[in-house]
Amino acid sequence: MQIDLTINTDVARKILTGFIKSEVTRVGYTRAVVGLSGGIDSALSCVLAVEALGRDNVLAVRMPYKSSSPDSLAHAELLIEQLEIPHKTIEITNMVEPLFVQDPAMPKLRKGNIMARERMIVLYDQSEVFKGLVIGTGNKTEILLGYTTQFGDAASAMNPIGDLYKTQVRQLARALNIPAPILDKTPSADLWEGQTDEGELGFTYERVDQLLYLLVDQRYSPKECVEAGFDETFVDVVVKRIQRNQFKRMQPPIAKLSNRTIGYDFLYLRDWGT
Amino acid sequence: MKLNLALAQIATKLGDVESNLEKHLDFIKQAKTQKADLVVFPELSLTGYVLQDLVASVAHRPTEDDSVFQHLLKASQDLDLVVGFVDEDSRHRFYIATAYLSGGRVLHVHHKVYLPTYGLFDEGRFFAWGDSVRAFDTRFGRVGLLICEDFWHASPPYLLWLDGADIMLFSSASPGRGLNDKEKLESARWVERVSKAYASMFTSFVAHCNRVGFEDGLLFWGGATVNDPNGELLAQGPYFEEALTCVELDLNQLRRTRARLPLLRDERTALVQKELDRILSSR
Repeated sequence: MQIDLTINTDVARKILTGFIKSEVTRVGYTRAVVGLSGGIDSALSCVLAVEALGRDNVLAVRMPYKSSSPDSLAHAELLIEQLEIPHKTIEITNMVEPLFVQDPAMPKLRKGNIMARERMIVLYDQSEVFKGLVIGTGNKTEILLGYTTQFGDAASAMNPIGDLYKTQVRQLARALNIPAPILDKTPSADLWEGQTDEGELGFTYERVDQLLYLLVDQRYSPKECVEAGFDETFVDVVVKRIQRNQFKRMQPPIAKLSNRTIGYDFLYLRDWGT
Repeated sequence: MKLNLALAQIATKLGDVESNLEKHLDFIKQAKTQKADLVVFPELSLTGYVLQDLVASVAHRPTEDDSVFQHLLKASQDLDLVVGFVDEDSRHRFYIATAYLSGGRVLHVHHKVYLPTYGLFDEGRFFAWGDSVRAFDTRFGRVGLLICEDFWHASPPYLLWLDGADIMLFSSASPGRGLNDKEKLESARWVERVSKAYASMFTSFVAHCNRVGFEDGLLFWGGATVNDPNGELLAQGPYFEEALTCVELDLNQLRRTRARLPLLRDERTALVQKELDRILSSR
């Protein structure tokens, strides 16, 4: 069957830049901070923020670790040059190493999480320095799959691209003239050498986006997805991943004691009063 | 007879009635300079949409001694107004409401009869359900008011038509959703399609005013429209931006269209009633 994830990029661009502008300015800010990894997601968030707020009002922060791929820095540099925006490079090696050496047997997953959270600390500190809000860079695919570090790369003040699947991120990034090396590279969290998203996940973004689109957007049952041509084991893995990672998409639950409890019956939007 | 209609697709501050009232008065002033006879504001235009636990604190009564409505009633001395608000009845039930104000008086208040409580909507949790759909007389003829989900159902516009409404004024706070490869969001296409269909089927004027602006991640898409009794689009406001869309309605078009296409004359209401009775009694 034909599954079409194509979006109208003009409409998406208009909505997402409007969103950033509205959510930044209504709380009295004019500026934003984006952690630029050299990958396509943060490049897209950065371009949208620049279009929304103006190029003097977006700070790009590169946060390499000693084993980070030199390409990551170089690709982020390409975008910084193209956009002519304020930027900083703050290496995290000396911040995370003291924790790493305390456990010589530390597995790479733990190290990856520590690096992601260290970058969050740096970004939120730069948020205070630059007086800008942190713009999120997580796409719908990784949020649904939980391919993200809670309180790490998942932390932000607002996320303009969280309702775009990875393949839609690619489409919009292309329309917004993001440099070709960023568009064409293999997706990687670059937390250790040789890491690739698709290698680690065990499937391609293109295929999983189609499955997620049926499961989530079109409300297909897992059985209907299999009937639509998806491998049963693949469907099973993805369904379990979505469920298992719900905790990363929520505020921690509060145990209810009183008649009015935050999260259950104390209900206000964040934009309350603005 | 002519009616200069103005549709004020505004952005609102969530829960800040005073600030929203200021904006109403500002748009009313603009409408006056454009010689408008009637200005229509969106759903919950005085309060914002995703109110949740703010409902009780933003409620007002459309009376002369109300701190908000006294200004609007005064403004309605010059031109007629349709405003959206939270109405609290004497027994403290809260309704999503629109009021039609004219000549310093409240001509009609409509309480939303369909409260969407599914998907991203949660109105039934916070509001009481309205229980009537009535047309009413104005200086421009008989008018009907509906609010958003009210006209996603076919029956309220149909009832207004039978009750004599020749001008239907729809107001919305419709969040944009359904982005695909098309130029318009699915939610916008749906509402535009049914507005045009009602104007065509009921050979009536159908105006729709939807708000703009963000509330958290929700973007209200605007795009006010006016369709004439032939189902022809007379005017359309922009998407996503505040605007005052003004258009002159030639009310004589009702006569010309209905002389050509007597759908109202031929409507078999007794047949409808008989079959409805049968269907409902056999359930």
